[in-house]
Amino acid sequence: MSLLSWGKYPKIKNTVFRFEKEEILKPIIKTYRSIIPYGNGRSYGDSALSDIVIHMRPHDYFINFDEQKGLLHVQSGVLLSEILESFVPRGWFLKITPGTKLITVGGAIASDVHGKNHHVEGCFSECVQEFEIMLADGQVTTCSKESTPELFKATCGGMGLTGIILNAKIYLKKINSQFIDQTTIKTKNLKETFDAFEEYKKSPYSVAWIDCLAKGNNIGRCLLMVGDFRDDGQLDYSHQSNLSVPFDFPSITLNSWCVRSFNWLYYKKVKQRVSKQKVDIDTFFYPLDAIQHWNRIYGKKGFTQYQCILPKESSYEGLKEILEIISDSGKGSFLAVLKLYGKANDNYLSFPMEGYSLALDFKMDKGLFELLDKLDKIVLQYTGRIYLTKDVRVNKETFEQGYPQIETFRQYRKDHNMDKKFQSLQSQRVEI
Amino acid sequence: MSYILIIGARSDIAKATAREYAKHGYDLYLAARNANELEEFANDVMVRSQRVVKTIELDILNYDSHPSFYEQFEESPLGVICAVGYLGEQSKSQTDFNEAKQIINTNYTGVVSLLNNIANDFEKRKSGFIVGISSVAGDRGRKSNYIYGSAKAALTAYLSGLRNRLYASQVHVMTVKPGFVATKMTKDMDLPEKLTAQPREVAEAIYKAQQKNKSILYTKWMWRWIMLIIRNIPEWKFKGMSI
Ligand SMILES: Cc1cc2nc3c(=O)[nH]c(=O)nc-3n(C[C@H](O)[C@H](O)[C@H](O)COP(=O)(O)OP(=O)(O)OC[C@H]3O[C@@H](n4cnc5c(N)ncnc54)[C@H](O)[C@@H]3O)c2cc1C
Ligand SMILES: NC(=O)c1ccc[n+]([C@@H]2O[C@H](COP(=O)([O-])OP(=O)(O)OC[C@H]3O[C@@H](n4cnc5c(N)ncnc54)[C@H](OP(=O)(O)O)[C@@H]3O)[C@@H](O)[C@H]2O)c1
Repeated sequence: MSLLSWGKYPKIKNTVFRFEKEEILKPIIKTYRSIIPYGNGRSYGDSALSDIVIHMRPHDYFINFDEQKGLLHVQSGVLLSEILESFVPRGWFLKITPGTKLITVGGAIASDVHGKNHHVEGCFSECVQEFEIMLADGQVTTCSKESTPELFKATCGGMGLTGIILNAKIYLKKINSQFIDQTTIKTKNLKETFDAFEEYKKSPYSVAWIDCLAKGNNIGRCLLMVGDFRDDGQLDYSHQSNLSVPFDFPSITLNSWCVRSFNWLYYKKVKQRVSKQKVDIDTFFYPLDAIQHWNRIYGKKGFTQYQCILPKESSYEGLKEILEIISDSGKGSFLAVLKLYGKANDNYLSFPMEGYSLALDFKMDKGLFELLDKLDKIVLQYTGRIYLTKDVRVNKETFEQGYPQIETFRQYRKDHNMDKKFQSLQSQRVEI
Repeated sequence: MSYILIIGARSDIAKATAREYAKHGYDLYLAARNANELEEFANDVMVRSQRVVKTIELDILNYDSHPSFYEQFEESPLGVICAVGYLGEQSKSQTDFNEAKQIINTNYTGVVSLLNNIANDFEKRKSGFIVGISSVAGDRGRKSNYIYGSAKAALTAYLSGLRNRLYASQVHVMTVKPGFVATKMTKDMDLPEKLTAQPREVAEAIYKAQQKNKSILYTKWMWRWIMLIIRNIPEWKFKGMSI
């Protein structure tokens, strides 16, 4: 069995060890090199791919919940969706959640993921009280921000390159409804979009969907969705079996005409400039999870996501340039997400910084990497960076310039014999 | 009465089923050999769903222990789900009768011994349900696993007869026939992704079908049609095939 990432590219053969027990894992870690942990494979590129893969998803027990503190102790293969199923009905929600709930707690820590509330709550590491990790020598150690700050800063956002996270204690937040009051703001261009973000900055959750195939004056038009939990005491929330894309679509289905009409429909559906809706957790936070295997629509060759972030001062010019290039190329997808971020944390490789980030999917195609290289140049020019957990092709230079703490991270890995032991295709490519 | 008894509770399918029933508000008795190794899992279910979960030692091959096993419950279970099974090695079972015997006894003899006790009690009290996990392998004997397949075929026939007998007592019996499931039983096999169910899918299907008093459940659903075709291949043709 070989494992793929969400983008289904690259397709490689690897040796997979399903996690069974710590005692079984230990000799594996001691014996092999180029090991990488794999959670639920929701990273898009090659962050979780290597010769030797430790499949952590089976490590999925809940250990304890401290009701007083709202502190949940789980093994690292537990999915965020499982936490929601058990805890939303009891009035608890994740403090930080990305746009899919189908990721493991280990993966959430390793990518230091963020959500629609980054500008107020920060990254996933903010809710992590401590975790246990198996290091390069097979020893298990408990890590927290206070007790082992370096290991903490290297591991949160460290893309599995410091060791295997075994379990974690994370804080949940209280909610009193499974519904969200959502406001949708429709804008006509990038300027209006930025203004709208500023206007709704106080809203705890916000994200914009950008029509990245719009041309000329319409470039950057969007639907900005902001919202907060209601207070109506309705907490019934259950797992639903979802629609599924049953097989890889043939590549022709997703030609630019289809994408364009999809974008247009999505945008046209909303009539007023500002409208209000009551939506449930899944609709608001996880719209894409409603269709299982949606990555199959990109066909056999797979796809990737380009996600970059630019510092706030230069975001407007930079993103405008980027959107123009994408619009001219006609290669963009129906999914382009724009978001305003809060302050960066001091983890060595966490992605967020104060500014705007753009994320969109691209089908694997001739000429794609050239296009993305062009975008990289703009990102560098505006001193931005690329999100590793989405990446499959960035080069060493672009990566390094975006992450000023990279040398600290490299040194830390060397000092603790992690550099040869834990490697992904990605870490080999960008030499971390 | 709120307890469901799960036999062979360390099986991956059984674990997913345990979580599913607990999620829907049932308490659990989890029976398995080396039950002490189930403590962490029992705790998992309790943290997830705030239900009561008790673990009990049971070896399905220790027939003599079965009557007292079933008598020990203070509160007798509402229903029982039996997931024990042993795939074994076909080639070994052709030459080593001990292997064949273990396959037959784990999948069939032991289950009969235990379920007889339970069925008699449910029949007397005129309530309860019994879910037995058999297999599509029991639908037709194939050279690649016919010792296992024949034991499952026997189990399927047993459950069918039991269903027929207990119908009059409002005790419902359901036969589950999984196709491929990604569990520790199959972890070394290269299973076709689209025909392979995850344990959780099987568990959800079991819960739903049991609540609706279904008699036979194929999971994934397409296995019903695949097996219909396989059962209908004429024997003169089938005997030369490798499937
Ligand atoms: C539809 C969709 C929406 C998304 N939205 C967002 C979003 O809004 N914000 C965001 O930040 N991300 C987002 N992501 C990305 C996703 O959250 C991350 O890629 C996440 O890390 C995936 O977790 P996983 O469990 O699937 O891990 P994998 O993809 O399997 O692995 C990801 C990384 O984590 C490491 N890892 C996994 N488990 C462990 C472990 N036990 N110990 C140590 N390292 C481990 C791997 O080595 C790898 O480097 C989205 C992805 C999808 C598919
Ligand atoms: N996986 C598939 O593709 C598939 C397909 C069709 C049918 N099935 C059936 O589904 C059921 C569950 O299997 P699974 O896939 O979940 O595999 P599994 O994890 O291997 O489960 C089998 C369970 O049976 C238990 N068992 C074996 N001998 C026992 C004994 N003497 N006493 C008590 N328990 C015993 C095992 O206990 P230990 O944990 O102690 O070993 C194990 O937990 C089985 O009946 C199997 O035949 C599976």
